[in-house]
Amino acid sequence: MDLFLALALQIVYGVSNLALISLGLAIIFGMMRVINLAHGEFIMLGGYTVIVATSHGVNLWFAMLVLAPLVVGLVGVIVERVLIRHLYGRMIDTLLATWGLSLFLIGAVTTIFGPQTTTTISPPIGAVQIGGYGSSGYELFLILITLAAVAGVYAVLRLTKLGLVARATMQRPDMASALGVSTSQVYMLTFGFGSAVAGLAGGLLAPITGVVPTVGAIYIAKAFITVISGGAAILAGTLSASSLLGVVNGVISYATGPTLGEVALLLTAIVIIRIMPQGITGRFFRKSL
Amino acid sequence: MGAETGAGRLWPLGALAVAFMALAPQVLQLFTIINLTTAIALALLGLSLGLIWGYGGILCFGQTVFFGLGAYAYAVAAQNFGDTSTAVLVAIAVGAAFAALLGYFMFFGRVSDVYLGAITLTVTLVFFSLIRRTSGPEYKIGDALLGGFNGTSAPPLTLPWDSAAILFPNQLFYVAMSALTLSYFGCVWLTRSRFGRVCAAVRENETRAELLGYDARLYKLGLFTIGGGLAGLAGVLMANGVGRVTPDLFGLPYAAQAIIWVIVGGRGTLIGPILGAFGIFYLNSWLGSQQLVNLNVVLGLVLIVFVLLLPQGLAPTAMDLAARAMRGRGRARRRRRPRRALAAEPAE
Amino acid sequence: MKLSRRSLLRASAAGAATLAAPAIVRAANPIKMAAILDQSGGLELLGRPMLEATKLAVSEINAAGGLLDRQIELIAYDPQTTIQFYTQFATQAAAGDRVDVVHAGITSASREAIRPVLNRFQTLYFYNTLYEGGVCDYNNFCTGSTPAQTVEKLVPYAMNKWGKKVYIIAADYNYGHITADWVQKYVRDNGGENVAVEFFPLDVTNFGPTIKKIQTEKPDFVMSALVGAAHISFYRQYGAAGVNKEIPLASTTFTLGGEHKLVSAEEGNGMIVSFAYFEEIDTPANRKFVSDLRAFSSEDINYISETTARSYEGVHLWAEGVRKAGTTDRMAVIEALRSPVSFDGPSGTVTIEPKTNHLVQNVAIAELRDQVLHVLETFEAQPPSDTLLVCDLDANPNQSTFYFENGLKAAGIE
Repeated sequence: MDLFLALALQIVYGVSNLALISLGLAIIFGMMRVINLAHGEFIMLGGYTVIVATSHGVNLWFAMLVLAPLVVGLVGVIVERVLIRHLYGRMIDTLLATWGLSLFLIGAVTTIFGPQTTTTISPPIGAVQIGGYGSSGYELFLILITLAAVAGVYAVLRLTKLGLVARATMQRPDMASALGVSTSQVYMLTFGFGSAVAGLAGGLLAPITGVVPTVGAIYIAKAFITVISGGAAILAGTLSASSLLGVVNGVISYATGPTLGEVALLLTAIVIIRIMPQGITGRFFRKSL
Repeated sequence: MGAETGAGRLWPLGALAVAFMALAPQVLQLFTIINLTTAIALALLGLSLGLIWGYGGILCFGQTVFFGLGAYAYAVAAQNFGDTSTAVLVAIAVGAAFAALLGYFMFFGRVSDVYLGAITLTVTLVFFSLIRRTSGPEYKIGDALLGGFNGTSAPPLTLPWDSAAILFPNQLFYVAMSALTLSYFGCVWLTRSRFGRVCAAVRENETRAELLGYDARLYKLGLFTIGGGLAGLAGVLMANGVGRVTPDLFGLPYAAQAIIWVIVGGRGTLIGPILGAFGIFYLNSWLGSQQLVNLNVVLGLVLIVFVLLLPQGLAPTAMDLAARAMRGRGRARRRRRPRRALAAEPAE
Repeated sequence: MKLSRRSLLRASAAGAATLAAPAIVRAANPIKMAAILDQSGGLELLGRPMLEATKLAVSEINAAGGLLDRQIELIAYDPQTTIQFYTQFATQAAAGDRVDVVHAGITSASREAIRPVLNRFQTLYFYNTLYEGGVCDYNNFCTGSTPAQTVEKLVPYAMNKWGKKVYIIAADYNYGHITADWVQKYVRDNGGENVAVEFFPLDVTNFGPTIKKIQTEKPDFVMSALVGAAHISFYRQYGAAGVNKEIPLASTTFTLGGEHKLVSAEEGNGMIVSFAYFEEIDTPANRKFVSDLRAFSSEDINYISETTARSYEGVHLWAEGVRKAGTTDRMAVIEALRSPVSFDGPSGTVTIEPKTNHLVQNVAIAELRDQVLHVLETFEAQPPSDTLLVCDLDANPNQSTFYFENGLKAAGIE
């Protein structure tokens, strides 16, 4: 029973982890139909923000929860102004340009910080005993914060004026523009918002996985596949896809080891896209956010 | 699309390829010739992607699947049979067959665009993970150990009639160069055939093509299968150039580079991806021996610059400029033609 | 600053010393050496300090008047952690630059890619990384330690200290599999029990399920042969779940890339590792090497590990061979090296073992306390016992084989 509980917790953690790394990408994809292949590097930048900040004596919590999203959100705004802005409506081209950005960021960070970081940050929460099993308290915290992040995104999109204007702009830019909304600004803010969420993920994951310039590659394939499987609805898509993929991955990993777990995750995604070419929310939960 | 459409312009290109093939071994150093084989292999991979993306509108992020499968099939078959000619055929067949299988799965499921990209990328990553798992001595196909992360050795090509006569580097270069040249002209012929024109019609407007009575799925499948076979052949050349077949042939870096070659060289052309592959290959090699700037910074910037400023790629832009220069008279120079329309329109 | 360092890379080792040398020496043809070590793309963690150590050795030799009154010119290539470039640059070095020796390769895949090339172009090859053993190649000298050398010492030591139930985790490639097999053999030989063996692809970062399994099995200790940047996550997650206090860890791979500086003191404390070299080895020769290398290197070296020290010793061993042969002719140098040649380096005395072209070398066990390794015990002059089981170049010099299963069969495993 203890084992079952510990395992269930592990799987929930796997799911929330997937949701956390995909959420930022999903916001940008769902709202703007832009696939940001530099998403993994945005997560990486979040991690570096935390490392640089803490080594300058900044409080770890502040660095993770405030600085990382702020800095990466800013980077997102700049990227949108310099790069993405010129490519709206050209989905493939934005994808390629952000792929270029991804390579560039890996190279730039390697040049500045070197191939590895010498500072270490340990998870700020110690181990928790559940029955006979030690679990990482920080992983529990991550599950909660992922839920909070999802709720936060929901609140921003659904309850605030900004969210309303943003959703309107995404649906009918011409109409929104006619009503006096600066669509260009809305795009910029949306991209910045998605980037900030990626930065938050990066900051939060830094103590667990460590940070190297190439860490983004680990995230991007999974996030990309989760978002595409989920489809256009931001929250429903991310949650449903990451639940499905996370459970498959967790169960198979425990039963057979991590390679097959990974392969099972990828194969599940292929099957989802094959059956539902528009993703899960292309078929179910269509009207949801 | 100029170079492929004007019949008159093809002959100089062919003559150039033959001249290069004849002269290169006399002029260039041995190691350059040996390394050229690898470059040619990559160029052929670029060509295969250029064909299906540029002429079928199939955005395949995982063209490396067929490339890697071809290389592995060649290595495994050659280690088992000892006869490399059969191994080459096996490799091409494996590449084409898997492309047909995957294509059937995707096109008949009406998967398109980014979703198609996601599936092909996923498939190549699945192979990357799976092949890396084959480290133990139990992973054997016939006599060939797969070797997992470390890969397996690729026996060099031999003369078709004498499996003891290993080709010299110069001969290998001739083989590779002929394969690339023939594939290129084969692709040109294909894109001009009726089949190729229907593929272009499907790329431009799938619904319209279907309403005209063409089964878009079949045409896409056919083109995709041919692309898979070509990529399989590229895998054979790669295995010969490098001498070893490793899982990283399936990995993200090669998958990304293939896309970059096509973008840099020019979508919608066949010569573009080939030139793009050669260009990036020498850029990479140069950076690896100079160590001035981080390779990723350069590749990233190249990709961004091309997408933003030269979305057509080098080959069409150069031809465009050349054409305008010929038509001359400063008037045309100042006004740019809209890029999108140009990229989308068949030149004829 | 970094840019200028890189642009000077080719010149720095040879050039700096050449300026100081007398004009007559400069006039002679330099002896050419190529180094092909990953400076980017993922393995730079190991590759960069290895290149620095290689350059240090070359500049020391040049400063002392060179070899056979000729300077050494070092040509460095960055294969970017890509096998394709290994073949390419090895071809270029051997057939284009016509170097006298190549020091190259980190992964076994890279070594296996360039070994045939260097054999074909008859260029002497040094491989300075610890690896799974089994190379039996007249032209190739492998100076790193092999599993039997370290595992044979580490397993009984850890079993004495902690108990007989062992849980093995290893990276999912040839090195990991073979190391795991040797661990199992020595656990059995010492009367212990292998609870489980698990392999992880090199890019796995989530070890949660495994940590739960380890807690279920309750072994006396965990033996780790995890490799690379992604696998550092294991140690962090293991520490975060608090398991490292109950079930300790032993490893023959941890700290090779300075990983112990990347996990906190708390996560790493109490781990036992075994290598042929540690930065903390307290001998005058090593103290000098460590301070020289840090002064010489233009970038920070996080931790000086076996691969780094061996790259340095590898160059010096080769130089001893050339001195003894009195020529750079490949066959003469190989025969001189196999006669055999020794070098007193930072890791102690290393001697070439002529049957295998590997090294007889010291092996040490150390414990990690507060991110510093403390050497507990040193075993002197250990032969490459695993490769010796399958390889005899004295009896049959005409081979360039890689015994994939490296003596496992000969040792009665599987």
